[in-house]
This record gives sequence, structure tokens and C-alpha cells, in this order.
Amino acid sequence: MRLFVGEMPCQELVELVTAYFEGALSRRDRRRFEAHIRDCDHCTTYVEQMRETIEATGHLTEDDIEPEVRDELLAVFQGWSESREG
Amino acid sequence: MTEDHELVQRLREGDEAAFVELIDRYGTTMLRVAQMYVRDRATAEEVVQETWLAVLNGIDRFEERSSLKTWLFRILTNRAKTRGQRDGRMVPFSSLAGHGEEGDEPSVDPDRFLGPDSSHPGAWAAPPVGWPEERLLEREALTVIEMAIDQLPEAQREVILLRDVDGWTPLEVSDVLGITDGNQRVLLHRARSKVRAALERYMDPEIAGVTR
Repeated sequence: MRLFVGEMPCQELVELVTAYFEGALSRRDRRRFEAHIRDCDHCTTYVEQMRETIEATGHLTEDDIEPEVRDELLAVFQGWSESREG
Repeated sequence: MTEDHELVQRLREGDEAAFVELIDRYGTTMLRVAQMYVRDRATAEEVVQETWLAVLNGIDRFEERSSLKTWLFRILTNRAKTRGQRDGRMVPFSSLAGHGEEGDEPSVDPDRFLGPDSSHPGAWAAPPVGWPEERLLEREALTVIEMAIDQLPEAQREVILLRDVDGWTPLEVSDVLGITDGNQRVLLHRARSKVRAALERYMDPEIAGVTR
């Protein structure tokens, strides 16, 4: 594909994907971004991979809190609860 | 998932089950966030305990102008910061944007694009190839992501965990970590780009190996 004045090169686009997703691009850059992916299959694939990465990362889960830590926190709660009643 | 508002009410009534639900929901993240500011794991645990005590003692006065989560984590980071400074620890996120490990890092290896002397500078020379959807769902793909996140610089790691694993909003992240919206976005983008690159190496060693 040919690049015209003001057009966004692929190498610039890959730096702006998160800003694009978050709606943080200026109007001009958003238009350049969208015009670019309309015509560029490679960048369409790239943006799709960023979406897939986010989606897959979302399947990770935090470890459960360790039982000892949990017990200590429960002791904090019970101490507070008793002092409140007393 | 029980709404925070309901949990606040139940905490006020001294309901232990509500407390348990909250520590299961936020406990691991709290410990990890505290750990960024303080010297060691034991200190982080102390900070988390102090935070819960402060939350419980303040629950009657909590007006819910912010979410419980934001309030909780603000108390946490304030305490962790104070504690870390007392112990002479460097504040994380203090040297963001522009230096050292957080400096300019391209999202994609520059060698995968055509150079300035080519007919289309900055266009793909070694473009990405679509991933088969079923491979993304494999257990191994998740392991690849986990390992990639583990290897990130601390600030990038924390931001991607809060945003993409815990599902926090940009505002919650910048508020709790005390960084600008722009900073959290830059950190997130670097983190995601590296995780994507790790997935690409896993999916297609040939392509990703072009320049490695």
C-alpha cells in the first residue's frame, strides 16, 4: 500500500493500539488509525492479536489468599468486632 | 458478586461473612500492591492488616463517595508509602516516563518494518500472522502469558494485572497508584505489547524468530 501525507505508517500504529482502545487518541489520530486499518490487513491482524491478548489475559485469575494471612485478618476482624460490642 | 454497598452495610453490622468475602476479593491484590512499596513480604502483611483495621474503624464514617475498593486501596497505598519511606525504600512509579527500564521501548521489533530508505518506510516487512483461535484457549497459552507478565518490569506488571486480570478501570488504576492516566496507559501498552509478542513466539516461532 502507498503512504500519503498524513497517513499513519504501520510502525506508528502499533504504538497507538491501547490509546485507540481507550478512546485516548486525538480525533485526527483516530481517523488516521481507522483509515489505516481499513486498508491494511497486517495491522488489522495486529490489532486483532492485541484484542485476543487482552481477552486471554483476562482468563488468568489471582491466587487465593494464603490461609495463614487469611487467619490473621480474621483475627483483626474478631478483635475489632469484640471491641465494638464491649 | 455481592455489591460493595451491601458489604459496607453488613460490615457495619459486624457480619464476619461480609469481611471474608472482601478479603477473598481484594486480599491477594492488596498484598501485591503493598509489596511494591515496602521492603519485604512480612511488612506488606502488616500493612494489609493495619489497612483493614483502619477500614473497620472508619466504616461508620465512610460516606461512599468513592467506591469501597478505591477507598480501601487508597488507605493501603498511603500506609505502604509511609512505611516504605520510613524503611528507606524507593517509591515505585517515581521515575516513570522516559528513563531506564521504563524508557522508550518499541512495541514491535523495529527490524520487522521496512527501513527509511525503502519504498514504504515503517510498513511491515515481517507482518503478524493470524492465530488459530483454539490455540489461544489452550492451557499452555495461559502459561505463556503468566510467564511473560512475571518478567515485566514491576510497574508494567502491576498495571497489566490490575487492568487486564482484575478488570480495574483506567481511573481506578491511576487513582490508586498515584500516576497520570497517560502513564498508566503507556505502562499498560508496553505490558500488553510484550505479552502479545510472547504469544506470537509461542504460536509461530518462525515469524517471531525473524530477528531473534
